[in-house]
Amino acid sequence: MNVLSFVNAFFSDSAHWHGYDGIPQRLLEHVQYTLMALGLAAAIGLPLGLLTGHTGRGGNAVAFVATAARALPSFGLLVLIAVVVGIGLLPVMVPLVVLAVPPILVTTYEAVRSVDPSPVDAARGMGMHETSILLRVELPVALPLVLSGLRSAAIQVVSTATIAAYVSLGGIGRYIIDGLYQRDYEKVVGGATLVALLALVTLAVFWAAERLAVSPGVRRR
Amino acid sequence: MESVTKRYPDGTVAVDRLSLEIPDRSITVLVGPSGCGKTTTLRMINRMVEPTEGTILLDGADLQRQPVTTLRRSMGYVIQNAGLFQHRTIIDNIATVPRMIGWGKQKSRERAAELMERVGLDASLGKRYPYQLSGGQQQRVGVARALAADPPVLLMDEPFSAVDPVVRKGLQDELLRIQEELGKTIVFVTHDIDEAIKLGTMVAVMRTGGRLAQFAPPAELLSNPADDFVEDFLGADRGIRRLSFFPSAGLELTSDRVVGVDATAEQLAAPDAPHLLVTDAEGRPLGWAEPRALTAGDIAVEGLLSYGRPFVPGTDSLRAALDCAVLSPTGWAVAVDADGRVAGVVSQQTIGEAIRTAHGAGDTGDAQAGDAPQAESAGVTKVGP
Ligand SMILES: Nc1ncnc2c1ncn2[C@@H]1O[C@H](COP(=O)(O)OP(=O)(O)OP(=O)(O)O)[C@@H](O)[C@H]1O
Ligand SMILES: [Mg+2]
Repeated sequence: MNVLSFVNAFFSDSAHWHGYDGIPQRLLEHVQYTLMALGLAAAIGLPLGLLTGHTGRGGNAVAFVATAARALPSFGLLVLIAVVVGIGLLPVMVPLVVLAVPPILVTTYEAVRSVDPSPVDAARGMGMHETSILLRVELPVALPLVLSGLRSAAIQVVSTATIAAYVSLGGIGRYIIDGLYQRDYEKVVGGATLVALLALVTLAVFWAAERLAVSPGVRRR
Repeated sequence: MESVTKRYPDGTVAVDRLSLEIPDRSITVLVGPSGCGKTTTLRMINRMVEPTEGTILLDGADLQRQPVTTLRRSMGYVIQNAGLFQHRTIIDNIATVPRMIGWGKQKSRERAAELMERVGLDASLGKRYPYQLSGGQQQRVGVARALAADPPVLLMDEPFSAVDPVVRKGLQDELLRIQEELGKTIVFVTHDIDEAIKLGTMVAVMRTGGRLAQFAPPAELLSNPADDFVEDFLGADRGIRRLSFFPSAGLELTSDRVVGVDATAEQLAAPDAPHLLVTDAEGRPLGWAEPRALTAGDIAVEGLLSYGRPFVPGTDSLRAALDCAVLSPTGWAVAVDADGRVAGVVSQQTIGEAIRTAHGAGDTGDAQAGDAPQAESAGVTKVGP
């Protein structure tokens, strides 16, 4: 049997479409973990990145935090926290957030730093407050890059959220881990395919968000 | 500005004990070589840069007295290379300050449209984004944006530096017109001395190291440069350029060298002149000719010498009149009225005398004295301004 026939068999089995272990349920769980982790990471990375980028201060700290966070292995972190606090959502969220913060923080910082300084100077010269300068002058221009940081974070979280299954949680990772355990390769390949599809959907969502949110004057189209 | 000094943290003294009194409702130009502290001086006026020493007073009150955003909102600021917001349309760029100070959207946009017209931008550009505009158009938007909330003070930092000479001249004329109509107090930075002389009511020449070399009206700058530095900076032809400040209205024009195309033999023979200017039936110039080459009743227009470019006494300066005389094949300049009809002709020699009188008189004001009423003698037409 080749991979395609595994995929075909997995998705055509009607048993895979119902119940607590059905595809809709697992997808929903997976998307929930992803959104939650991404939301937390954005809540940390965006304000920090915007602020450091705007003031130009703390650039070294940003780089240090990002490198340190990247050095942490997600799976190791999961196991470590699970051992300390026990099984639950926390051991899943921590590694996912740690994974997602660096791309968001670093790209946001770089995006704001790279905004042409003359409009900022003009805005300040016309008496605009610093918050308005950041949100109404710098952010709209930095937005494409900021979104690209969020996008790569989202892609990484979507694929890494499979580790939730190791601590008895759901998500698409269930198929992969259970499949490996049960030597049910149809399940493994089916789960992997779902993750890949979800990554593609994520790309599409960000593409649409960019079309909607970025001004044509910045897109230059 | 009272003895203002700016020392940057790295020790650079950008402005050194500068004292300036910037007059209300006029254009003050800061000019000087690159790096002499013009931008720094300008930016101390809206507190984008804080002086290290000295005080700056606005209408007698220390600038530090009011909140910095209030101060800045009362001053339009045009930065070099425009600094437009690329994510906003042209209309919204111009409407930024009105929106910021709480005008409604509709009112702000109407105001923006009005300003686009004022700076000579086509209304159809309003919906475009900055990247879709040429450099000159962007600079106009920058000026319109600074004018939008009708601030009494306008600070402009090399606003016309990125455009070709033709567009630049247009923008300069527009600025002079805006200043005349709206009576703004404008502080204008440039490194181009010609621009300074053209625009300035007062010109502050600065030298490297942030020191004031001279602060004077342009005509005085040209006639009495304070030192070698200012003289050098003004360039070699300052004598000629100074003529721009003397009106040509006082020139004595003669009409006895002017004949109609239908002139009689008697008229052609009368003047003792090497050349005569022939005009058409309406009095417009056709060209010069030697009297003996002309036959009464049969003057061939094709055979005439070009009369060059005429000048208009009253609106043109002595510089324009001299230019006409120099360009004329006969050495005589042709003066015409607003409708292009010949008012008279004037020789290089007469213009030279007028120049000597004007220079002797010292400044523009006294030069006008040559304009005093004078008995109208036969053949001499006096053209008033
Ligand atoms: N932020 C700064 N920190 C240190 N030095 C500065 C700073 N800004 C300007 N300078 C220095 O101060 C001096 C005056 O600068 P300024 O920008 O006022 O010159 P300028 O007359 O506007 O020159 P240009 O015609 O080239 O624009 C220069 O020697 C410049 O290098
Ligand atoms: Mg400058």
